[in-house]
Amino acid sequence: MSTLPADNVVKKLKAKDFATDQDVRWCPGCGDYSILKQVQSVLAELELNKDDTVFISGIGCSSRFPYYMETYGMHSIHGRAPAVVAGLKLANPELDVWMITGDGDGFSIGGNHMIHALRRNLDINMLLFNNEIYGLTKGQYSPTSEVGKKTKSSPLGSLDHPINPLALAMGADATFVARSMDRDPKHLKEMLKRSYFHKGTALLEIYQNCNIFNDGAFFTFTEKKSKPDTTIYLEHEQPLVFGDGTKGIRLDGFKPQIVDLNEGKYTVDDLWVHDEHDQIKGQMLTRFFDDPRTNPDALPRPFGVIYSTERPTYDDMLFAQLGEAVDQLGDGDLDAMIAGGTTWEIK
Amino acid sequence: MSTTTQTTEEVTIKFAGDSGDGMQLTGTLFTNDTALTGSDLATFPDFPAEIRAPQGTLAGVSGFQLHFGSKKIFTPGDEVDVLVAMNAAALKANLSSIKRAGTIIASTDGFDKKNLRLAKYEDGATPTEDAKDQGFTVYEMPITKLTRTCLKESPLGMKEKDRCKNMFVLGFLYWRYNRDLQSTIDYLNRKFKKKPDVLEANMKTLKAGYHYGETTETFTTTYNVEPAPMDKGTYRSVMGNQALVMGLVTASKKSKLPLFYGSYPITPASDILHGLASYKNFGIKTFQAEDEIAAVCATVGAAYGGNLAITGTSGPGVALKGEGIGLGLMLELPMVIVNVQRGGPSTGLPTKTEQSDLLQAFYGRNGDSPLPIIATKSPSDCFDAAIEACRMTLQHMTPVILLSDGYIANGAEPWKFPKAADIPEIKVNFEPPTDDEEAQFLPYKRDEKHVRGWAIPGTKGLAHRVGGLEKEANTGNVSYDPANHEYMTKIRQAKVDEIANHIPEQAIDNGPVRGNVLVLGWGSTYGVIQSVVDDLLMEGHSIAHAHLRYLNPFPRNLGKLLRSFDKVILPEINNGQLAKIIRDKYQIPLLQYNKIQGVPISKAELKHFVGSVCETY
Repeated sequence: MSTLPADNVVKKLKAKDFATDQDVRWCPGCGDYSILKQVQSVLAELELNKDDTVFISGIGCSSRFPYYMETYGMHSIHGRAPAVVAGLKLANPELDVWMITGDGDGFSIGGNHMIHALRRNLDINMLLFNNEIYGLTKGQYSPTSEVGKKTKSSPLGSLDHPINPLALAMGADATFVARSMDRDPKHLKEMLKRSYFHKGTALLEIYQNCNIFNDGAFFTFTEKKSKPDTTIYLEHEQPLVFGDGTKGIRLDGFKPQIVDLNEGKYTVDDLWVHDEHDQIKGQMLTRFFDDPRTNPDALPRPFGVIYSTERPTYDDMLFAQLGEAVDQLGDGDLDAMIAGGTTWEIK
Repeated sequence: MSTTTQTTEEVTIKFAGDSGDGMQLTGTLFTNDTALTGSDLATFPDFPAEIRAPQGTLAGVSGFQLHFGSKKIFTPGDEVDVLVAMNAAALKANLSSIKRAGTIIASTDGFDKKNLRLAKYEDGATPTEDAKDQGFTVYEMPITKLTRTCLKESPLGMKEKDRCKNMFVLGFLYWRYNRDLQSTIDYLNRKFKKKPDVLEANMKTLKAGYHYGETTETFTTTYNVEPAPMDKGTYRSVMGNQALVMGLVTASKKSKLPLFYGSYPITPASDILHGLASYKNFGIKTFQAEDEIAAVCATVGAAYGGNLAITGTSGPGVALKGEGIGLGLMLELPMVIVNVQRGGPSTGLPTKTEQSDLLQAFYGRNGDSPLPIIATKSPSDCFDAAIEACRMTLQHMTPVILLSDGYIANGAEPWKFPKAADIPEIKVNFEPPTDDEEAQFLPYKRDEKHVRGWAIPGTKGLAHRVGGLEKEANTGNVSYDPANHEYMTKIRQAKVDEIANHIPEQAIDNGPVRGNVLVLGWGSTYGVIQSVVDDLLMEGHSIAHAHLRYLNPFPRNLGKLLRSFDKVILPEINNGQLAKIIRDKYQIPLLQYNKIQGVPISKAELKHFVGSVCETY
């Protein structure tokens, strides 16, 4: 779109060049700050151009994100960012489009759009800030909150069974499904880059702490003491090892099983080797979803790229169809269209 | 016996049968042929919401009405001269709309015991005999039997053979109205190019119907309708949704913007989606979204991205789109929302027509949220209205609502179509790129029309943020400042009001510029009002007709124009929606004529009402 001559040398941008002059208004201590910082630094590291980058969000705490990014941006309406993104990307497929959503925005009010966006597979990046609570409306349970959560709208405990966002994404035939956390900046940056380089819709779930309404929701996964035993960091073609190298996951038929690598019965060679292109195993990994706080036998929660595959993107296919139509019918001729098939003359 | 030919000025035919009998196609083919003869015409398809309602029942009757003549034709006609009834239910449902001493062509196979029972006639009833007693001319034709006989040699199955019977009817009517078969033969050749058996069967049946008229001694008269006195030029027949599609494609070419159409299928707007999807070689992007909300939000995204962004739907869809339209309004982006209105509220009457979404267009959003509204008045007018809506949205940077309705969408009329070169270009002003890193870009800075710039992502140096939260004037930053909110609310109103200075003044469509009675209309009542006012003018009354294209803002002279008449009559196919707005804005008394039956206002009833007002002078 830019029509300036090419000899304009683009100066290399730093992370702070992607920050706007607006005061960031998240609560002090919010996990969103870390995500914002990592996104800004990843954009700088990837040498992305702010004129061709767009952040689109829905509604919620996380959805204020575009106001803080010195790129193009739109804070749209609740749950509808996937649809806005679709229209934007189809208007101009050259843009780098990032979508920001939360657990309520993306999986409650916007759940329908989420499903269809994932199966449609436009070439976009989706960042899901999951804090398992409604923050902006001051602390009601969200679709990812655990059963029995006591909040203002559920004083006796919530009754809703929680959504498993990544399992749902696999069910919608998403082409890229990954998970990271606000408290592991290095891993988060790596996952942001992987999302960016995926051609297709990349869904990156980020566990994000809401220190006001749901403080510590993910501490069991994010804090040093419990993290080794409750999480597993996935790497392509590497065995599923966790617990600081002491434990692993092997498949007993179709059943994942935690094994002790120190006992001598099993070695790393017996373990499940991660293949991020294996859709069936990817589905299984998203089902590692039990809460270790209530279930001591819970499988560790996977972080990293759970599944990725290449599938033609909707935007590519749409523009290919436009090209084919011209090849077959020639460039549209207005006069021929208006006259249609049969005409007659009044003299 | 010899055949005589009688010349007649106008004819109304209604084709009625089961929704699977092919009556819509039969009507359309007869219409296309009629247009070629140079007659003026108007059509009115009337079909059930169910694709295949129970066969033979009253609920399953599908009808297609055509009014044509050697004079100007404004409406599809109130009462029919000829009813084609493919079964007993079709006769029962339409008997009351046949003119006194009118003609019924009945397919006798559709009047057997079973069909009579399904149509809820009493045992032993003989509706065709009764109709004769009531003075109708009834031609009973064993159409199914004749079709089967003529297709004895055809390899088609019985069901497929029976599907040809509408061609028999068509062939017969071509004989009755002195036509040749060529236009339909051409159509069949195109349609069944790859199915030679079906092609042959249809051709054979069509010809059999024609010869049946010629050789059977029952029929002694054929009818001739002379061409109508129409303006010189080249014409085609066009339906409303079809013209609307072509208008949008033309606007895309004339603005040099790719067109994005986000939509979710809904009666009676789906044909716009189908139509646009067939013009991909014009660069038209159609996006069948997962729901109405996604359709409008994708349209907002496409508008933000710099496309000519359109969404189309009907009333229930507009209800769902409300928040998304509000977002477009807040972002001050150009987009057109097409509403092909149908009977409401809720699911209402999906296949019936109504003008009852006007207040929704005016007020159907949260907050103070004014939007320009324009309305189309006839099938061919959809072309101009669509271009006008696109021009307005691009020039004034606000979503624009374009109202059509089911009657216009599915109705057809002859159209003296324009040459593309004669249609003016549409100017688009994108904000230009800049190299100046220091200069602050002000996305909500306005020009003298209160219009902000269109700065699309990808433009160098203009990175900025927009959103649904209230904005600070000029910068567009989020602002909760009380005075700023009031200012922004007023400026959004002023921007829409300003449009009145950029549209034509309201003209009188017919009649004097001042007088006793003005009939004010909008939308699809155009034809019936024209026809009534024409008659009353001929009869010497002081009456005029003004028809509104622009509903918000109104043309700046409208108040003065309304006050130039002693009485203003406002017919609407709703419970008085424009009447409310006109009263609110101009504080003038109005005489309302409201019909809320899912069908257009008939000429007879409106003439009776308006005529009685004229008589008081």
